[in-house]
Amino acid sequence: MSLLEVTNLGISFGGLRAVDEFNISIDKGQLYGLIGPNGAGKTTVFNMLTGIYKPTDGKIFLDGVDITGKRTAEINKAGIARTFQNIRLFGDQSVLDNVKIGLHNSFEYSTATGIFRLPKYFATEKKMDERALEILSVFGLDKDADVLASNLPYGKQRQLEIARALATNPKLLLLDEPAAGMNPNETKDLMNTIALIRKEFDVTILLIEHDMKLVSGICEKLTVLNFGRVLSQGETSTVLNDPEVIKAYLGE
Amino acid sequence: MGFLTYLINGLSLGSVYAIIALGYTMVYGIAKMLNFAHGDVIMIGAYLVFMCTSNAGMPAIVSIVIAMGCCTILGMIIEKIAYAPLRKATNLAVLITAIGVSYFLQNMALLIFGSNPVSFTSVIPWEGLSFAGGQLKITGNALITIVVCLVIMVVLMWFVKNTKPGQAMRAVSEDRDAAVLMGINVNATISLTFAIGSGLAAIAGALLCSSYPSLTPYTGSMPGIKAFTAAVFGGIGSIPGALIGGLLLGIIEILAKAYISSQLADAIVFAVLIIVLLVKPTGILGKQIKEKV
Amino acid sequence: MKKINKLALFANKSNQRLFTTILVILVLYVLMTILDGTGNLSSLMKGLLVPVCAYSLVAVGLNLCVGYLGELSLGHAGFMCVGAFSSAFFSKAFVGIIPDVPRFILSLLIGTALAALFGFLIAIPVLRLSGDYLAIVTLAFGEIIKNVINVLYVGVDSQGLHFSMKDMMSLGMEPGGKIIINGAQGVTGTPRQSTFTISVVLLLLAIVITYNFVNSRTGRAVKAIRDNQIAAETVGLPITKYKLIAFTLSAAIAGVGGVLYAHNISSLTATTNTFGYNMSIMILVYVVLGGIGSFSGSIIAATILTLLPEMLRGLSNYRMLIYSVVLIMLMLFNWAPGILKWREAHGIKNFKSILKSKNTKEVQ
Repeated sequence: MSLLEVTNLGISFGGLRAVDEFNISIDKGQLYGLIGPNGAGKTTVFNMLTGIYKPTDGKIFLDGVDITGKRTAEINKAGIARTFQNIRLFGDQSVLDNVKIGLHNSFEYSTATGIFRLPKYFATEKKMDERALEILSVFGLDKDADVLASNLPYGKQRQLEIARALATNPKLLLLDEPAAGMNPNETKDLMNTIALIRKEFDVTILLIEHDMKLVSGICEKLTVLNFGRVLSQGETSTVLNDPEVIKAYLGE
Repeated sequence: MGFLTYLINGLSLGSVYAIIALGYTMVYGIAKMLNFAHGDVIMIGAYLVFMCTSNAGMPAIVSIVIAMGCCTILGMIIEKIAYAPLRKATNLAVLITAIGVSYFLQNMALLIFGSNPVSFTSVIPWEGLSFAGGQLKITGNALITIVVCLVIMVVLMWFVKNTKPGQAMRAVSEDRDAAVLMGINVNATISLTFAIGSGLAAIAGALLCSSYPSLTPYTGSMPGIKAFTAAVFGGIGSIPGALIGGLLLGIIEILAKAYISSQLADAIVFAVLIIVLLVKPTGILGKQIKEKV
Repeated sequence: MKKINKLALFANKSNQRLFTTILVILVLYVLMTILDGTGNLSSLMKGLLVPVCAYSLVAVGLNLCVGYLGELSLGHAGFMCVGAFSSAFFSKAFVGIIPDVPRFILSLLIGTALAALFGFLIAIPVLRLSGDYLAIVTLAFGEIIKNVINVLYVGVDSQGLHFSMKDMMSLGMEPGGKIIINGAQGVTGTPRQSTFTISVVLLLLAIVITYNFVNSRTGRAVKAIRDNQIAAETVGLPITKYKLIAFTLSAAIAGVGGVLYAHNISSLTATTNTFGYNMSIMILVYVVLGGIGSFSGSIIAATILTLLPEMLRGLSNYRMLIYSVVLIMLMLFNWAPGILKWREAHGIKNFKSILKSKNTKEVQ
């Protein structure tokens, strides 16, 4: 059975139909790409999957559970984590704390325990530190653990955002243009990182990307969106050779 | 008949609030700041009118024009010295500076005029109208205040819609960065906004003190807060919103004083504000702005 | 292993700040006590010691709200007011019934709990709003609290408690009854139990609690919501819950300030200057000048700005004028981008330690 099953998803803003009849089925462990020209509705799909927008119609099932219209925080607990096109870090907190916030629901102690620094506070914080460093070291960010997130260079900020998302222990990771603003070398590193985290964290990945090289290099399957509708869907090589897709990208 | 009288008094007080609220709402719309000192400009305006009429024996109209001129200049000076340098700083810094300016104006007035209230002579010498054999009286103060407020609203809405500087104001309020790119002089536009708001504050001061003649350095503070409430109530940034908010607030306040409790009137006014904001979080005529993800 | 050490160092940095703050308060406490003991403290200054601590507490509470929750409240004087009146009510009602010390402790608990309760109840609707709308609604709540207390009459006699919102007469008290809250006259004759020592102890306690709070799991969540609410939701944080916790704690600390304040004056009234928006704004000035997010800064600013007008008393009417000019100039000096650039060019960095601010935040 597929991990993510989306049927007939659609949303309207006022009179504008931003996404219509969007279907996708992602198997466990897959690396799936969502591509399309600017304004095709890719990020809108992400926003619906993560509950930031409530879809007007359609259903979203994660691991057989209906998560349509649920709140963002609950959807994260159900197993979807994401990054953002315009990076959204907790800028005034350290790199380590950004990841520890991602660990928030995995390691618990009460507010009172924190205020009065009961033994459980120290024990849990230590475990959180260790786990957070473990995740950071996958990205080579452990050296920057005590740097303020907003002081990180751009590329590292993108990686930290992925690390934070992974800290919530998701089944499905949504990456919104992870290579945006990166040079070819950085993009190459990123491809390696994505391949690595898929193995290390046993996570299914759906990513939005413009960089065709990245998409054709790592994605197993693709869905192409154009004007809010699915233009083409299937194995990467098939989709990229679809004349409709080429037309949408290169114009007539 | 009692109810009608209260209603008219409420409309009159509300008109004053509306004129003050204009100053808040325009400045907020264009400079995105809460100008806490606006209420104190009203007080300064009232003192200026008082000095011109009572000390120098000038006619009311001349006094008001002089006060308007002075307040306009005062408003622009305050903006240049205290607010303009902070235009790119956080909102909170500007808010505190505005509080500083408010303290400054109050204490300046305290030094010059003392803390004892002065008795303000109404700028409207007209007795007013009397209906139904004297059962329903509409004072000249109330009537003129309402008329003045409506005239100001109409003129201002026309100004904002149909003149070059007015359109510049709307543009800056919509999107300051885009306005700069279109060649609009943002500094001049903000300055103009402060000038208009402060000039109107002088009128508001004269009208307010004509109905409530005891004038002290703290006179502007509470009406200022309430007018700001009125601006939020109507939807901050919107000129018709300021009118609706001001009038409603005035009516609610006077009716609450008359029928519920004079001491609790302020609490009732604020409670209504809270309820309105909870039902419509951006005020009656406010626009909803959603963060783009 | 090297990494872990580095981390320990990092954790210590925030602890170090806490210890410095505590040390500064203790040194000031000892200094004041010595000055007092040797008769070098004017009665005016002496009278200000407890209020300074009370304002500091409210400022610490408000700083939690502004600096860590990231929401501007203009109604914290309202929570101070609730703490003050509920505790004064209790103390006066049970004078001679419960011994002094347990009575004060109970009144402290009651004042704090009621301020927290009001904070919680007000936060439920208020936190649905944001930004300036939230600020104006907190201001409105603060004014309502002040206004209602001004028309509240409570008396006690052998029949029990009597309430009225009209006047003293309508309480219908027996001749021997005791008026506790007398409308606009407020509460008179509250036992004056707030000593400087108690105030300092409570202030230290509040500092430790808030430091621990903001550096705990809950505190991190609160800061995350402040930094980026949407991102916080996508990592599974229940937004409303943490906002409520932070706001309630913030109100509770302001309430402690109110309890101290109430047990230091013989006549407690709710006027615009004592508990109205003027007070809320004054406290906000402490928070912003002291540095948003810096508790020690709040305390230092509260201390200096409370003592300053008193020390300038010789200048009579000019003192508040000077105060306002200083306030405006400090804000310009600390925040105006033009002046900041000039300061950078000339290497002028003083004030920075006291007036720590976030305006230097870098965004990539």
